Amino acid sequence: MLKKSAERMYLFLIFLFLYLPIIVLIVLSFNDSKSKVQWGGFTLRWYQRLFSSSSMMEAFGTTIFVSLASALIATLLGTLAALGIDAMKKRGQAIMMGATNIPLLNADIVTGISMMLLFVRFMRLGLNTVLIAHITFNIPYVILNVLPKLKQSNRTTYEAALDLGATPFYAFYKIIWPQIRPGVFSGFLMAMTMSLDDFSVTYFTKGAGIHTLSTMIYTEMRKGIRPEMYALSTILFLIALVLLLFMNFGPSARKEE
Amino acid sequence: MKKRFFPFLALAAILALPFCALSGCGAKDSPNTLTVLNYGKYMEPEVLEMFEEETGIKVEYEEYVTPENMYTKYRAGAIDYDLICTSDYMVGKLIQEGQVLEMDFTKIPLSENLDPAYFEFSQSFDPENKYAMPYFFGTVGILYNKQMVDESKVDSWNILWDEDYSGQIIMADSVRDSFMVAEKILGYSLNTTDEKELKEAQDLLIQQKPLVYSYLVDEAQDEMIAENAAMAVVYSGEAGYALEFNENLAFSVPKEGSNMWIDSWFIPKTAKHIENAEKFLNFLCREDVSMLNFDYVYYATPNVKTKASLDPEIQESATIFPPTEILENCEVLKPLDDVSNTNLSILWKEVKSAD
Amino acid sequence: MRNLKRQLLAGPYLLWMAGFVLLPVGVILYYAITTTSGQFTMFNITSITASVHLKALLLSLKLALACTIICLALSYPLAMILNKIKGKKSSLVVFIFILPMWMNFMLRILAWKMLLSNNGVINTVLGYFGLPGLDVLNTPSAVVFCMVYDFLPFMILPIYNAMTRIEKDIIEAAKDLGAGSVTIFFKIILPLTMSGVISGIIMVFVPALTSFAISDLLGGGKVLLIGNVIEQAFMQEYNWNLGSGLSLVLMVFVIASMALMNSHGEEGSAGIC
Repeated sequence: MLKKSAERMYLFLIFLFLYLPIIVLIVLSFNDSKSKVQWGGFTLRWYQRLFSSSSMMEAFGTTIFVSLASALIATLLGTLAALGIDAMKKRGQAIMMGATNIPLLNADIVTGISMMLLFVRFMRLGLNTVLIAHITFNIPYVILNVLPKLKQSNRTTYEAALDLGATPFYAFYKIIWPQIRPGVFSGFLMAMTMSLDDFSVTYFTKGAGIHTLSTMIYTEMRKGIRPEMYALSTILFLIALVLLLFMNFGPSARKEE
Repeated sequence: MKKRFFPFLALAAILALPFCALSGCGAKDSPNTLTVLNYGKYMEPEVLEMFEEETGIKVEYEEYVTPENMYTKYRAGAIDYDLICTSDYMVGKLIQEGQVLEMDFTKIPLSENLDPAYFEFSQSFDPENKYAMPYFFGTVGILYNKQMVDESKVDSWNILWDEDYSGQIIMADSVRDSFMVAEKILGYSLNTTDEKELKEAQDLLIQQKPLVYSYLVDEAQDEMIAENAAMAVVYSGEAGYALEFNENLAFSVPKEGSNMWIDSWFIPKTAKHIENAEKFLNFLCREDVSMLNFDYVYYATPNVKTKASLDPEIQESATIFPPTEILENCEVLKPLDDVSNTNLSILWKEVKSAD
Repeated sequence: MRNLKRQLLAGPYLLWMAGFVLLPVGVILYYAITTTSGQFTMFNITSITASVHLKALLLSLKLALACTIICLALSYPLAMILNKIKGKKSSLVVFIFILPMWMNFMLRILAWKMLLSNNGVINTVLGYFGLPGLDVLNTPSAVVFCMVYDFLPFMILPIYNAMTRIEKDIIEAAKDLGAGSVTIFFKIILPLTMSGVISGIIMVFVPALTSFAISDLLGGGKVLLIGNVIEQAFMQEYNWNLGSGLSLVLMVFVIASMALMNSHGEEGSAGIC
């Protein structure tokens, strides 16, 4: 019994450590005083300011666009690559996986800088360079999620379908695709998460006037903290909460358990 | 759910792609843009929106923290800036390197609103006034909290080495500004390239480090308003702005002398939209615009019309508009040669990594 | 024949990787071994031994190690407790512990900056109880604090995943054979979760070692990590050759320590989620 309450206590302490900062941010986002510790009454002023700030809204749009587009393209390239790698011999696979691990193991700052050096030589920095950089660090996550599913998939059915005259595409769509779909989906999600959270790579590869939320908040924080950022935190937290709840406990998630 | 969710996302992204292509992802040579590089917190955001609305020119606005930071961003060459604002010595350096285009002031008619005295002043780095248009000017001094600091001592930079204020001092996170303070205490010029003198200044800065709360640039103001520190080395405008928010604060330019700086706009060689740049400069000189910017940054404006329409109280504020006797005691930063620059940046890195 | 065609599907990826992974590494290498005027030099690489750079590297190592150890010490017991929770509740509880990871990295830094500042929430609460304030902001401790907060979920997840994979039968069998809980822990649980621990260490150690934003925003300009030195070489000093040289050293350093780590665990870092 004592052990059990100690365990509960431990869970609670870690919970506090993780959520206290977020709770404080949320409370402050409704605080009608610029002070960090004094309650000056309830207000929605910071939310209004946030929504009327075009630079913040633009950064929000850019972030969504970059993470969706980069995750999508990475999923496409990565899934194709996984299919190809799966068909290779042992040695080819080893080489491919080695190359795939480079961006995973490399520090963000080195990835960002190396791409910046390349871009500076051959093109102008802009939104497209950010997109290319994000796709690059996203692909490995897709491959790592799809490949294991492919290895588990049942090949004999696929071969049989081909023998019975199905086109490779039809056989793939009917037989392989349903088996790897969860892997593709989780790869996509993971790529999107990585892209949403990235700071270093974007910081080095972005062009003038382009900001994702991360680089935007960084530049703003170096000028001092504005209460609009508390409002932003609250909104982002709620979005994450709803999205994750939906994915984990939504109608389809239940089936998989 | 997943089945339906995925295609939806895919669709959203696919729809977004052509949109991006149309709006010009890289925004390469689209005619109606203007790429501006400016200090952080140095322009009222509303001004940009006004300009975009009035002219239909899309401003791509980028910020930097220190002049060295700006130099790197510019020289990287990966972005074609059309208009840059930076401090005197850095403008001088870029002029020397042949990176600055001559400015056609006939295309900027409203520049006549600017006090000729500041063009004259700019001759220290732009001898014929061909390249630069003044934006704001000011000095560097100590912003302090009257409740926390002995006011009789703030007339000297030495207070920043006073152990009574350990952990309450904010230094400038900018090479030239920090070395300026040490050099002034030692009685050297702030443009010294003498290795021995620089080393002495570095020793002084390392000696000070344990007392320092933090090294900041634009954030110092907020920290002082929140009373997180007792004093900070800041630019005069930062101080002027902070005084408005916390009446315990005051500003002093120490008697050893200081740096007087002037920040100017110039059109770099990489500019692709010179006409738009000129329109923007003209816009900045307009009285209402210049007023908005003044209210936002609180530095001394060279715009005569703007100054004249300010409250007399502000016009006479020694913090915002440094009086002549203070200016006479101030020196202007000059560009250093490459060897000294490298030397200085190593010395500064050593300060920052010292225990 | 069919196989060869299928292998071609990896073609676009191969091209992409060649253009955007291998080529950039090549460019870094080029900058690292040349001077500004393009002559060959080893100076940029050997300058890691300059006292400033070595000091920054050592400090980074120290903070990254501290952060990894704290994360591990917090996560392992947590994963064990979480693993005990059964049924419907379990996924909810795990969910709660990884949710903060989904909030923007910068905003998590912002939260700590606010909590830790001189007149921030923590000091106000401490002051209310008559306790002395904490002077941690702008010190290495604040940086470690925030790193732990940022990277903790990356340690919790792989360890928890490894634990859920342990068959209950094995533990039951061990109990039947008379093993005590200490023996069970050291002989069964620990070895079977080692792969998760190693993934966790990699996921925490590398970003902690190479981060520059956290020290920038919470170190008050007084905490110079190797990431800051590199960032400043690129963004402040316009010394790309030096920056590249140091990046190269950092890259080799990280990959070597990962290889070392992997050789101690049976599985690779692939099982992240």
